[in-house]
Amino acid sequence: MSALLDVLVEPFRWGFMESGLLAAVLVGVTCACLGVYVVLRRMAFIGDALAHTTLPGLVVAYLAGWRLDVGALAAGVVTAGAIGWLAGKRAIREDTAIGIVFTAAFALGILIMSRAHAYRDLSHMLFGDILAVTRSDLALMVVVAAVVLGTLALLHKEIELTSLDPAYAASIGLSPSRMRYVLLLLLALTVVVGIHAVGVVLTSALLVTPAAAAGMLTDRIPRMMLVAAAIATASGAVGLYASYYADVASGPAIVLAATAAVALAAAVRR
Amino acid sequence: MSEPAAARPTPAPPHASAPRFPYGAHDREPADPSAPAIAAEDLRVAYPHSPVLALADVDLFVPQGTRQALVGPNGAGKSTLLMAAAGLLPIVGGRLTVLGLPPGGAPRRVAYLAQRATLDWTFPVTVRRLVMGGRYAHLGWLRRPDAGDAARVDAVIERLGIAALAERRIQALSGGQQQRALLARALAQDAELLLLDEPLNAVDAESRAVIDGVLDALRDEGRTVIVATHDLGRLEADYDGVLYLAEGRTVAPPPGGFVVDAHEHGHGHGVAAHGGAGVTRGCGP
Repeated sequence: MSALLDVLVEPFRWGFMESGLLAAVLVGVTCACLGVYVVLRRMAFIGDALAHTTLPGLVVAYLAGWRLDVGALAAGVVTAGAIGWLAGKRAIREDTAIGIVFTAAFALGILIMSRAHAYRDLSHMLFGDILAVTRSDLALMVVVAAVVLGTLALLHKEIELTSLDPAYAASIGLSPSRMRYVLLLLLALTVVVGIHAVGVVLTSALLVTPAAAAGMLTDRIPRMMLVAAAIATASGAVGLYASYYADVASGPAIVLAATAAVALAAAVRR
Repeated sequence: MSEPAAARPTPAPPHASAPRFPYGAHDREPADPSAPAIAAEDLRVAYPHSPVLALADVDLFVPQGTRQALVGPNGAGKSTLLMAAAGLLPIVGGRLTVLGLPPGGAPRRVAYLAQRATLDWTFPVTVRRLVMGGRYAHLGWLRRPDAGDAARVDAVIERLGIAALAERRIQALSGGQQQRALLARALAQDAELLLLDEPLNAVDAESRAVIDGVLDALRDEGRTVIVATHDLGRLEADYDGVLYLAEGRTVAPPPGGFVVDAHEHGHGHGVAAHGGAGVTRGCGP
């Protein structure tokens, strides 16, 4: 028993592991709760796109000597607006608009990285390094978690109604498109902190996977958020242990732990 | 039969357009019991980003406290007219007032019930939660439903005969039960004017009887109900007036009746020709 306890406690004698666990919980809970709406509203592609389109913002911020989060957030907000605007024009379908914007932005980010020979410096942003989070990163995660979870709580009935029946919502004066922009903005914020945990490439997994697993286990939205948050937290912990004991990258380990939760949920559901 | 000039509504005073999304805001003007529920004159409506008119030169006058049917074949413009009255579509030309205000100007007093297929029925909410949505127009931002709202929801769920299903997920309901849940939400809104898009389409006999009873009671309560319907057998008995639409225009009732896809709607048969285009029997302005 005490041997097991030692195995569990041992990694957290290191400060960076403590910070990593705190970051994993903050990011996991934020992504999981917002992810419930991402899954229910079938916005998984947008979540993935927003994560990828932060890359040019990250690279430009790095080259200019700014805080990387600022560049990522700016790129995310611009992308959210561009996707909404392009889709609103109805000249092309929304998924096509997303496909165009996201691949172009990601290509631009890679292009600038190649020109600046900054692959090595920015690889932690591509694949995440939760063990390298700083105190200011943690502070940002707390703020983003408060904003996202607070907004979801305060606007729960409005987000729910515009998701379920946008025509009725509009008829009582509640704009579905404005609520969609609110969600896109929350997504952009969430992606910025998700990048610290698992990187640009895998952030959408934190949004989608725990929520998808929770959706198999319960059918009430608040309960779904609680279960998704628990799965995300557990996945974060498992990922960190795997990173510590098996010497593997923490980001992919977290994502694979969450994926295992989906398989487990599917088995339980049967 | 064309509408007699005397029966035409007095042109409503020009209004600034309604606030686009006045969720939770107080209605712009106090209720005017003398204002028609709906008055349309030479109304033209187009869907956003479409150059084609979905409604052209439609005239309609519906006094408060009456029940009006919108009849026509698929694509005639029935749903478009209801959506325009609910403030969901831009008015391209002509005039349309709802309870004396521009469309969308009184969101709490107008309940819109779209066709059942427009909802995401897989969305994980219970029947009670769906019906509670009818209270949001009164609650607005940041306010949570209180005991009074819950009591109102319980009452309308009971009235529609779906109390036993209140905690069930909406996905698990039959078509008729879904329709009753939607009507319950419209009742929970406590609106003066109800715009119902095919509430009797493909519902079972029990649901049909319940919905019919509720519609009768609404008229007795002095509420106005406008129903887009393919149910042509009881127009004269159930409605105070009928507006016939075809290809986006008001038309006289065709002698042989409209051809309705019986497979899709199940209740189609010839139109009983009574009243005329835009005429509301016994109800002058």
